[in-house]
Amino acid sequence: MKYALFLGCTIPVRSQNYELSARSVAKKLGIDLIDLDEFSCCGFPVKSTSTETALVIAARNLAIAAEKKLEICTLCNACTGVLTEANVHLSENKELREKINEELKKYDKEFKTGVKIRHYDRILYEDIGLETIKKSISKNLKDVRVSVHYGCHYLRPKDIYDGFDDPENPKTLDELIVATGARLIDYKDKLDCCGGAILAVQEETALKMAKIKLDNVTANKVDALVTQCPFCSIMYEDNRNKIETAFNADFGGMPVLYYTQLLGLGLGLDKKELGFRLNKIKPNALLEKLGVE
Amino acid sequence: MIDSKKLDPNFKYEVAKEIGGENIKHCFSCGTCTVGCPVRVLDDKYNPRKIIRMVLLGMRERVLKSDFIWLCSQCYTCYDRCPQGVRLTDIMTALKNIAVREGYINPAFKEQARLLGEHGRLYEVEDFDNKKRNKLGLPPVKKDFDEVVKIIDKSSLKKVIK
Repeated sequence: MKYALFLGCTIPVRSQNYELSARSVAKKLGIDLIDLDEFSCCGFPVKSTSTETALVIAARNLAIAAEKKLEICTLCNACTGVLTEANVHLSENKELREKINEELKKYDKEFKTGVKIRHYDRILYEDIGLETIKKSISKNLKDVRVSVHYGCHYLRPKDIYDGFDDPENPKTLDELIVATGARLIDYKDKLDCCGGAILAVQEETALKMAKIKLDNVTANKVDALVTQCPFCSIMYEDNRNKIETAFNADFGGMPVLYYTQLLGLGLGLDKKELGFRLNKIKPNALLEKLGVE
Repeated sequence: MIDSKKLDPNFKYEVAKEIGGENIKHCFSCGTCTVGCPVRVLDDKYNPRKIIRMVLLGMRERVLKSDFIWLCSQCYTCYDRCPQGVRLTDIMTALKNIAVREGYINPAFKEQARLLGEHGRLYEVEDFDNKKRNKLGLPPVKKDFDEVVKIIDKSSLKKVIK
């Protein structure tokens, strides 16, 4: 199983714990992640200001994957969304494809149909499978209670995602968590957005969106919130102090884990390989509970 | 009060010509977008049904100059639930695209475009970052993506970020 790893802008600089744990889990499960140093930003940051420019940037990345004949494995939901959307639109719309390819020609690149993009967790679900994951678990996580936040662009818009999950009632990440043996705790308004995309536009509203989510999650006294997107994690983890100060709240130091970190624990991987030292809110209580030194 | 003399009846056609703006005229104002919007529930300045209505009425300048078009959190909830397939998130993007070309850009998005124009990535990578990555056993990442810098330089964003 071979995939081109698409890191995007945020993960290699701000979320190395995600990258480390994703690489470690991949190695353990026999997933070959290929680094292509030509892969750039996905294009998402300029979509609001120039959709056409974002398409050229996305298409450039898709062209690189096509040249190498590799499927793209993404870690960030925003990258997943923008690359998938560009792929669908450019494949379906010949006129748009020709226009974008005219630009790409300047860089000796060409968008071709047939590229595949999937989020890492979707690849775990579809290519590794729940049964293999269950069989690979060596550490008992039954005392760990977690809630899950999917992040919007993993699921939406549904018309670009060929129906692999239901955005109104998603299950893939739920099932991946249950497969680790951890206890999954449901909560109110599970599908609500983290607010990350408007953090720099209107901070107060974005923080309030994250605050409501943290209220709902911590009401059940879980050991951690599990995410799969660096922007969502930044909202719930990096901005925790800001949120607690702004709204006079206290979320009791509840940590935020990437799914790959939780799965890595179940697979018996070393805590160093999973980058827990880089979590802004230390999951020490959770690790102690599991006897992880 | 809306002054009909100040309306631009062509605005909806202009939006429909944009990438993602094609379905604007399908809206029958049911409000499914607004009731499910996670931003609207906290700030009624952002009201997707109202914004679409304003576009259809031709309130061009008020929409393009507004702060509210920048408040969409791009969660795609309205997009998925819209019974008319208006593709609201893409309409908001189309409106922002037009606003930028007309000289109205939100500073947060200007900064993101500027960073991409300078480095081809959203965060500047320093030697320190690659040293840290090396220590963690991670491969180095490129500081700048020259081709992306060129793409921005050849795009409509060039004059915006100056």
